[in-house]
Amino acid sequence: MSDRTRIALALVAAWGLVLAAIAAAALLVGADLADHQRAVLAAVLQERAPMLVVVSLLLLVPLVFILKTLFSRYVKAPRRLAEDIRIMQTANPGHRAPVRGSAEIRRLADGFNSFADAHETLKRDVEARVREANERIEQERSRLAALMSELAQSVIMCNIEGRILLYNSRAMQLLRKPLDGAAAAGKAHSLVGLGRSIFAIFDRNLIIHALDSIHDRLQQGARGPVASFVTTTPAGQLVRVQMAPVQGAAAGAAAGDAEQGVTGFVLILDNITRRIETGNRRDLLLQTLTQGTRASLGSMRAAVETIAAFPEMERQAQDRFIGIIGDEAQRLSARLDETVGEFADSLRTEWPLEDMRGADLIAAARRRIETRLGLPTKLEDVDESIWFKVDSYSLMQGISYLASRLHEEFGIREVRFGLKTEGQLAHLDLIWTGAPLGVETTTSWQTDSMETGGEACPLTLKQIVERHNAEIWYQIHKPSQREYFRIAIPWTRPEEATWSAPLPAESRPEFYDFDLFHQPGQTPEQDSMPLTALSYTVFDTETTGLQPSQGDEIVSVGAVRIVNGRLLEHEVFEQLVDPRREMSPEASRITGIESSMLENQPTIDRVLPAFHAFCADTVLVAHNAAFDMRFLRLKEEATGVRFTQPVLDTLLLSAVIDARQESHGLEVVAERMGINPIGRHTALGDSIMTAEVFLRMIPLLAEQGIRTLGEARAASQKTYFARIEY
Amino acid sequence: MGKRILIADDEPNIVVSLEFLMKQKGYAVRVAATGEDALNAIGDFGPDLILLDVMMPRMSGYDVCQRVRENPDWHGIKIIMLSAKGRDVEVTKGMAVGADAYVTKPFSTKDLIAKVQELLGE
Repeated sequence: MSDRTRIALALVAAWGLVLAAIAAAALLVGADLADHQRAVLAAVLQERAPMLVVVSLLLLVPLVFILKTLFSRYVKAPRRLAEDIRIMQTANPGHRAPVRGSAEIRRLADGFNSFADAHETLKRDVEARVREANERIEQERSRLAALMSELAQSVIMCNIEGRILLYNSRAMQLLRKPLDGAAAAGKAHSLVGLGRSIFAIFDRNLIIHALDSIHDRLQQGARGPVASFVTTTPAGQLVRVQMAPVQGAAAGAAAGDAEQGVTGFVLILDNITRRIETGNRRDLLLQTLTQGTRASLGSMRAAVETIAAFPEMERQAQDRFIGIIGDEAQRLSARLDETVGEFADSLRTEWPLEDMRGADLIAAARRRIETRLGLPTKLEDVDESIWFKVDSYSLMQGISYLASRLHEEFGIREVRFGLKTEGQLAHLDLIWTGAPLGVETTTSWQTDSMETGGEACPLTLKQIVERHNAEIWYQIHKPSQREYFRIAIPWTRPEEATWSAPLPAESRPEFYDFDLFHQPGQTPEQDSMPLTALSYTVFDTETTGLQPSQGDEIVSVGAVRIVNGRLLEHEVFEQLVDPRREMSPEASRITGIESSMLENQPTIDRVLPAFHAFCADTVLVAHNAAFDMRFLRLKEEATGVRFTQPVLDTLLLSAVIDARQESHGLEVVAERMGINPIGRHTALGDSIMTAEVFLRMIPLLAEQGIRTLGEARAASQKTYFARIEY
Repeated sequence: MGKRILIADDEPNIVVSLEFLMKQKGYAVRVAATGEDALNAIGDFGPDLILLDVMMPRMSGYDVCQRVRENPDWHGIKIIMLSAKGRDVEVTKGMAVGADAYVTKPFSTKDLIAKVQELLGE
């Protein structure tokens, strides 16, 4: 109801009341009069009727004045005050209500103003503190980023599901993987990336084994346990990996859990390829030196002592012994010269062995044997105080390998473990009964390459044992009819871990993304996931032409990643491809790629597998994706690589957002979204632009109620353009 | 007297001395240069004691030793292992596979002869 109508209604009501009061007074007076008086009065009133009407109308004037005053004082003034308060609260905290109007309203305004003063001060205070805190965090971030990039080691941090949350650029360099066929002119692509799986880089079992051993140590109350292992990178480098757990109250961790949950882990990688090579050579040299020297010395000493013991021996025999001495002396000096020459550049070896409690190793081996082989195990005498230096994963593999051969080839139904010390050595025994083995068998088991539970290992048992400075042999204990493999291995005292505190994670902006901590594992229910939470590979291809079915080929693939709503500009894929045919002048003009640029580039059968690895576990996004996908699909058979992940098309999404627009070309769409076209018509340039377009589309889609991947796909399908097939 | 000794070693320079010494002590001596030869020689020569080198091509001294110990007919044969490998683990292994003594090169010939005589109960 408008103010005008309200005033009008009030006016009519007030006027009516006044008139009614006068009429009532007139009626009362009339009732009291005698008949003749009434007749006289009626005559007088009838005569003056027009005047009465005018007077009653004049009555409206003061009424209007009174009502207006009341309205402005007690309706409009509070209303203005309410408006002022709203401004103070939202738009402008510095705004104050003017103090005017009636005494009551003035007091009210005063009260509100002082309340606003207090509120404003408080708000400023809080804001200042938040700003300060943010600045501190920012400072710490950049300090950490600097530290991380200066570190000589490669650092990778993962959540408990093995997704990478953080890494430094060294890690990225170390874990580059060259295209298959090595000599490719193209660059290598790193396997490290935010949200990527660490298991694409390192063997899952290796990581899980290390996590298990950390878990065991934590349960025993160890502080800051670290596990380490040695493995190879996809490019064949030997790295020593140290793992430390990231502990913390995970969201949703069961309350009252005595042990702090491990929510992730940090890997510190050290490239030891060269060190191991030098170490191996040094070991070999040392071995030839000592063993050769011993042998020669043995021959010389025996000869000298023989001559001394039998001075009467024949001349001929004597000459022979002297000959031996001379011969061996020459061999010795030659060997010495040779060794010293080679020794000069050898460095100290750091054998990548870690301290481990013998009982823990046995426990791990038992778990593995029982779960993998389904073979029951038992403990005999196990000395729990024994520690040794081991590469626990390979040694455990070796033990379960022996168990599996006993089980598979000799039907052994149970194995037992024993552990004791003898002098400087620990004796680790794998014990069974009822299947005497021949020497050939036990020797060949040691030199065959190992395989347990379908899992191959390039090492032999012999190599593993040698690596530990240990020996292994088979023995029968006659009285008890027990047989065993005994591994004699030097025991040690445990050292404290060389480092324990996990680094609080941080690096340059694009190298971290902690929101992934809260990410559920990749599930088939991807469709129900919100668009903002998915990881995407946005890609584009350049081709020799538009007709893949008529022999047009890909000449360039570019891609960029989006993780948790961020475009990761450092994690890109860019590769020219030799199409094995000429570029048409038209194609060269559009793409800027000349045939000469494609010579010596890898062919598509080598590029696509690398690209496929780059896309792993992400949703594909492309502008006019149907076109690019058609090229990829046609290569499936030749390359053996299939792109099965969900695909989103920014062209279709543009049509979903604004169906009335005529054009949905990338450039036009980008312009509508307010994005400057840079580096157009290179595969990578277009990918970046498409990615920016896609990121801006996500909130626009949300406005239309399209929030999940499934909804976006369904909406795309409905649009007209979906029917176009290349 | 008349005890037989088999020398199994692929290094001729040490074999010469050992052979001479053992013969001087009045033992009958046979020489084998490989593990296989040694096993064959045991059959037809019937040694009382074997001087067994650990590092021989193809079949190692450990293997020969284990074979000998597996055969009940050869139960009484004494075995002295000779080796240029002198680490604890190797000595332990040698004794574990059935050697009566493990001698690391270089060794004193006098001690070796004493050891031989002791093992042969002389």
